[in-house]
This record gives sequence, structure tokens and C-alpha cells, in this order.
Amino acid sequence: MDWQAFALSLRLATATAAILLVLAVPLAALLVLGRGRWLAALEAMTTLPMVLPPTVLGFFLLVLLGPRTAFGRGIATLLGHPLAFSFNGLVVGSVIYSLPFAVQPLVAGFSSVDTALVDAARLLGAGPMRLVSSILVPLARRSLLSAAVLSFLHTIGEFGVVLMLGGDIPGSTRTLSIALYDQVENFDYAAANHTAAILLGMSVLALTLVYSKAQKRGSVRGA
Amino acid sequence: MLEFALDARRGSFHLQVECAFASDWTVVFGHSGSGKSTLLRLLAGLDRPLRGHIALDQRPLTETATGLHCAPGRRSTALVAQQPALFPHLTVAANVAYGLRNLDRTARAARVVEMLALVGATDLAARRPQALSGGESQRVALARALAPAPRLLLLDEPLSALDGKASDALLDRLQLWLRENHVQAVMATHDVTDALATSAQVLLLRDGRQDALGPAAQVLATERDRIALRLQTP
Repeated sequence: MDWQAFALSLRLATATAAILLVLAVPLAALLVLGRGRWLAALEAMTTLPMVLPPTVLGFFLLVLLGPRTAFGRGIATLLGHPLAFSFNGLVVGSVIYSLPFAVQPLVAGFSSVDTALVDAARLLGAGPMRLVSSILVPLARRSLLSAAVLSFLHTIGEFGVVLMLGGDIPGSTRTLSIALYDQVENFDYAAANHTAAILLGMSVLALTLVYSKAQKRGSVRGA
Repeated sequence: MLEFALDARRGSFHLQVECAFASDWTVVFGHSGSGKSTLLRLLAGLDRPLRGHIALDQRPLTETATGLHCAPGRRSTALVAQQPALFPHLTVAANVAYGLRNLDRTARAARVVEMLALVGATDLAARRPQALSGGESQRVALARALAPAPRLLLLDEPLSALDGKASDALLDRLQLWLRENHVQAVMATHDVTDALATSAQVLLLRDGRQDALGPAAQVLATERDRIALRLQTP
């Protein structure tokens, strides 16, 4: 079992989920409350990573963040090192790759809030920020949990983007799923079994947590 | 003085009205689907008309020609609908205080107490909306709408869950308070007795068009006679 890869995966998934919650809440609120044709384009862009092959996304990011582009060179000058093949680069890639897994549950949660409540808040002077923080977020708490858990798990299981953008550097970019690939490639099936079991266990545990919350809510409603 | 000329569509429904409400209390009367709620939502700024304008005390609130549209919370206008829409995660007191952000804590608390007393809901302050009856919820929704001291109060059958006696008593108290605080009110109803109960100006809406505007006794004479005839028929 590669504990270094395990710790790195947890660190990457936690950072990604935290950043995504900050980004996805206003983005989802904009998609639900906004008006205009450009919203369809914005929604398409946020959903794109869900249907795009991870290797394609990883390749584009590798080129964008590498020394071939002015953007990549600018970032490298700013940080003192290129983002590609670094942990921070993986965070950027993971945030983009897992974006739809954070945005979609929040859009569904915000959309389920009664529009009469939104109207009432607007009539009482609530601007977009207050509407989101005092009405949408508290009334769609479970969506927030779903968004956090799904983006965390999706990052833990990430392979294509990580391999393309980060390679396989122990302690820096080798995550648990990369370690699993290495173990299989080396015919170390016992270690691969452990790694796969841990990945499976984490997913089952986290999803059970989300659905148990949902069931509790359902039983309260049904009472 | 509330003045408006509106041309609006909602699905296949077309609303076209142009009038001015000068009296303190105006009733918009019409049967279901006549456009009462649509009109009130436009006046509140929740929906935008295709064409037209709305002005309150000569202050333009909506003007499609210039693209002006004051946001709902910036029109000094409150709307109380049939569905109370209380925020379920907040207590009654917090619901009433929601629109009072500009007041300090002491003034806010005092205002909440005053508003709850006005609607006869003082003892409900600590409760959650889920623990309220339909009538209690409507009282709280009214208190919440009045708390920020609007200049215009729009009522869309807001007391339908109260029994006749309680509703009349609350309406009397409300009308007195509105007069004292110089708040103009527009109440939409399909109940002819509600419309006739007050000596209000009445706008009669039919299929999205203005049918008549004037004193209740005159505008609703046909409706009144129809009810009287029904009561006489054995």
C-alpha cells in the first residue's frame, strides 16, 4: 500500500472540493437566477468536463500551463516553477475536471427552492449575494454536501487528467489511482487489491453518508 | 398616486391596462384568470411588461421606453400573496426582521414587536413557520411585508385562510394603520363581498382588460344585484 499516494490523494481531493465549493455556489446561483441567452453557453462550458475525455482535458491543460504558451510562461515566472508536473497544477486540473460534479447538484438544489421564497426575499430588498447566502444555501444544504462529496470522490478517482498533467512523481503528483496503475503494471496484484479496496471503501462510505442524510430528510417530510 | 400603463404577456394570457389609483385603498376585482395577480406582480417589479410604465408618487419605477426597471426591493412596494411564503428556516421574528437590515438591532426588535402586534401575532414570535396555521402564516406574511415601511402595499387575496370575522377585524386595523402611515394599498380579490365591504375605488378586470374603474357601489352594481337575486331565490 502506497501511503504517500494515499495522503497526496486526500490532500488533492480536499483542496479541490474546498475550492470548488467556493466557485460552484455563485456559479450555480448565476445559472439558476440569471437571465439571458449566454447562460446556456455558460452551462455548456461548466458541463463540458463531464463529457470530454480526461486525457483531452489533461492534454490541453498540459499545453496551456507548459512553457509553450505565454500563459504558462507567465505562471512559471510568477510562481518560480511551471504548474505542469506539480501538485498545484494537479489542483488546477482537478478543479476544472470536477467542476460539473460540484455545479450540477447545486443547480438542482437551488432550482428546487420555492420561487415564492425567492420572490419574497427580493421584495424585502435582498440582492443576489444575500439571496444566495440567506435563502438558497440554507434551504439547499444537502446539495452542498452532495457537491462536496461528489467532487471529492471524483478527484480521488481521477486518472487521465492526473497522468497527462502531473505524470507520476512520487510525493508530488502520484495519486492513489496512479499508484494502482503502477502496481498492476508491475504485476503486484496484492498491493493493487489493497489500493482498489481502499478506493472502493471510501466511495461507498461517502455515498452512504450522502444518501443517509437524504433518507433522514425524507423520513422527516413523510412524518 | 399610482399610475401605470401596461402591456404584458404571460404564456397565452395578454394583459393590457392603463389607469391611475388616487385613493388610499383600491380593489382590483376580477374572476380567476382575469389578470389580477399578473398586474400585482408587474406593479411589484417581479415581472417586466413588454411595454409600459409604472410611477408611484411621480417617481418612475418601470419605463420600458428608457429601459428603467427598479428592482423589487427598491420600489418602496410590498406584496402579500395568498401563499405566505415564509422562510421555513427562520423563526417568525426573523422572518419579520428580514427586510429591516438598515435598522440597528434595538430599532429592528422594536419594529418586529410593533408589526406582530398590528397583525395580532405577538405570541408567535419564537415559532417556526411549520408550526403555524394557514391564517397565522398569512398574518406573519403581512407583518413581514409592512415592516420595511413601504409606500405601496399590494395584497393578493392575503387573508383567504382567515375566517370572515378575523379577516374583517384585521382589515379594519390594517386600513387604520395604512392611513396613519400614509401607505397606499391595492387589494386584488375575486370575492365581491370583500370588494363591497370597503368604500374603495374598484378596478374591474375582465380577461386582462380594464372593464371599469370607479366607486365600488357603481362598478360592482351588477355583481351585487346578482348576489342579491341569488339570496332572494328560495
